[in-house]
Amino acid sequence: MLKDITLGQYFPGNSLAHRLDPRTKILLTVLYIVILFCARWFVSYSLVILLLLIGIKVSGVAPKALVRGLKPIVFIICFTAVLNLFYTPGEIIASFWIFKVTKEGIVTAFFMVLRITMLIMGTFLLTYTTSPISLTDGLESLLGPLKRIKVPVHELAMIMSIALRMIPTLIEETDKIMSAQKARGADFESGSLFQRARALVPILIPLFISAFRRADELAVAMECRCYRGGEGRTKLHVLHYQPRDYLVLLTYTVLLAGVLVLARFGL
Amino acid sequence: MKPIIRVENLTHTYGVGTPFCRSAVKDVNMEILEGEFLGIIGHTGSGKSTLIQHLNGLLKPTAGRILLEGRDIWAEPKKIRNVRFHVGLVFQYPEYQLFEETVYKDIAFGPRNMGLDEGEVDRRVRAALAFSGLKEDLLDKSPFDLSGGQKRRVAIAGVIAMEPEVLILDEPSAGLDPAGRRSMLENIRNYHQERGTAVVMVSHSMDEVAENVDRIVVMANAGVVMSGAPHEVFSRAQELIDVGLNVPQVTQVAMELKRRGLGIDPAVYTVDDLRAALSTLKGGRG
Repeated sequence: MLKDITLGQYFPGNSLAHRLDPRTKILLTVLYIVILFCARWFVSYSLVILLLLIGIKVSGVAPKALVRGLKPIVFIICFTAVLNLFYTPGEIIASFWIFKVTKEGIVTAFFMVLRITMLIMGTFLLTYTTSPISLTDGLESLLGPLKRIKVPVHELAMIMSIALRMIPTLIEETDKIMSAQKARGADFESGSLFQRARALVPILIPLFISAFRRADELAVAMECRCYRGGEGRTKLHVLHYQPRDYLVLLTYTVLLAGVLVLARFGL
Repeated sequence: MKPIIRVENLTHTYGVGTPFCRSAVKDVNMEILEGEFLGIIGHTGSGKSTLIQHLNGLLKPTAGRILLEGRDIWAEPKKIRNVRFHVGLVFQYPEYQLFEETVYKDIAFGPRNMGLDEGEVDRRVRAALAFSGLKEDLLDKSPFDLSGGQKRRVAIAGVIAMEPEVLILDEPSAGLDPAGRRSMLENIRNYHQERGTAVVMVSHSMDEVAENVDRIVVMANAGVVMSGAPHEVFSRAQELIDVGLNVPQVTQVAMELKRRGLGIDPAVYTVDDLRAALSTLKGGRG
């Protein structure tokens, strides 16, 4: 059940997408988001969809796994759709009680849903094909220049990598605690909203306690290995851009320009 | 004896449709008899934990059936919660599931979920506390102030308090010191004798299993490879070693004596039996 949440999980593989430099992939994701938000109409959107499809194909990630990743945000998607549907001013095509559905509303809602879905899927591709360690390596390297203005880049990267690393562990832990409480007859699936919220207490308390315990143990383990921040630390795997990285980045930049032009013409 | 739980052709596959897809148990058939003390042994990853989570309906079989007193537990999926009151499952390291303010409330969590009245809940909490070898003055303490061993006992009491017909314990002595281990096993043995209900103990310690159970089920590579009385199972020592397990230390001694030419049964598995076997041997000679 909880294992179905694939948010921030890494699927090991050896595809082109897996082999790209993590910095390239982060930049690509940023570019992808910019392109996505510049898209205006069907033509530009289909270009972005094509981009996403190629990304999925190249990464070798099962589309099923991507769709499953959407599950936790279905509510947000629906909520956005409904809000846009009813609150976009324009030509009214149907109305009941205080609700008015406008033509513009339908269009905006449709594009909004498309945009959020593609945003999530695109960013999932990043975490599916990049291990947490190389992801933070990439971020640290990209944000490196900020060290000059005293931003603790290394520490932030370390915090992030620990957080990412802990997600699967905590999910597993939650699963275990849930099973244990279910074995004692806990009921998470029925009752009123209030009852269900209360049913979470037997999960949350042990989970918090174990999260703190883990944090404590990790801190001690890090200190035992003389960790004291980024100053003077060298890396085992130093990142190097390959020709393919430049090629992909260039393609994306051209695409961004293309979409911008299309958007200008309202397509 | 009648079987209380029957497992028929059970298969469970994790992560269908992801790169991590694998079968944790494959086509398993076994049964738990009424009132018996059953040991399930197997190496790490042999499917023991997956198997026992099916017995109380925490996991749903990918294929196959689980029969509790002859009825398929998944016949009415909505009533699966009731199965958990009949088949109590204590997980590995159960101390991490404690959450209430007091020991009393934590042990009462199960019985209260069963919808019992407060008088009955109180009786069961006190009985369960005694079975797990704790004193009544702990009842008002916070479970988080207890020692590791005491926490584990409180967690086990929380399951015993539901008074299940089958009590399943997954590695109940893991991580305890030798004295803690001994007294934990003694408490479980006493519980089994006094209540007379079936107890299933999952373990990978041969010695622990040998000293306590009536019957053994051996799991390896997602399936059941042997089952029978300890004597039968330990007489097939080589097969056990082949699947990454071992025989109890006493059996190892007997096997070595046999190899060196003593006319001794190599499948004895308790110290007392070995002593008896050796003294008859001595008596016979002289």
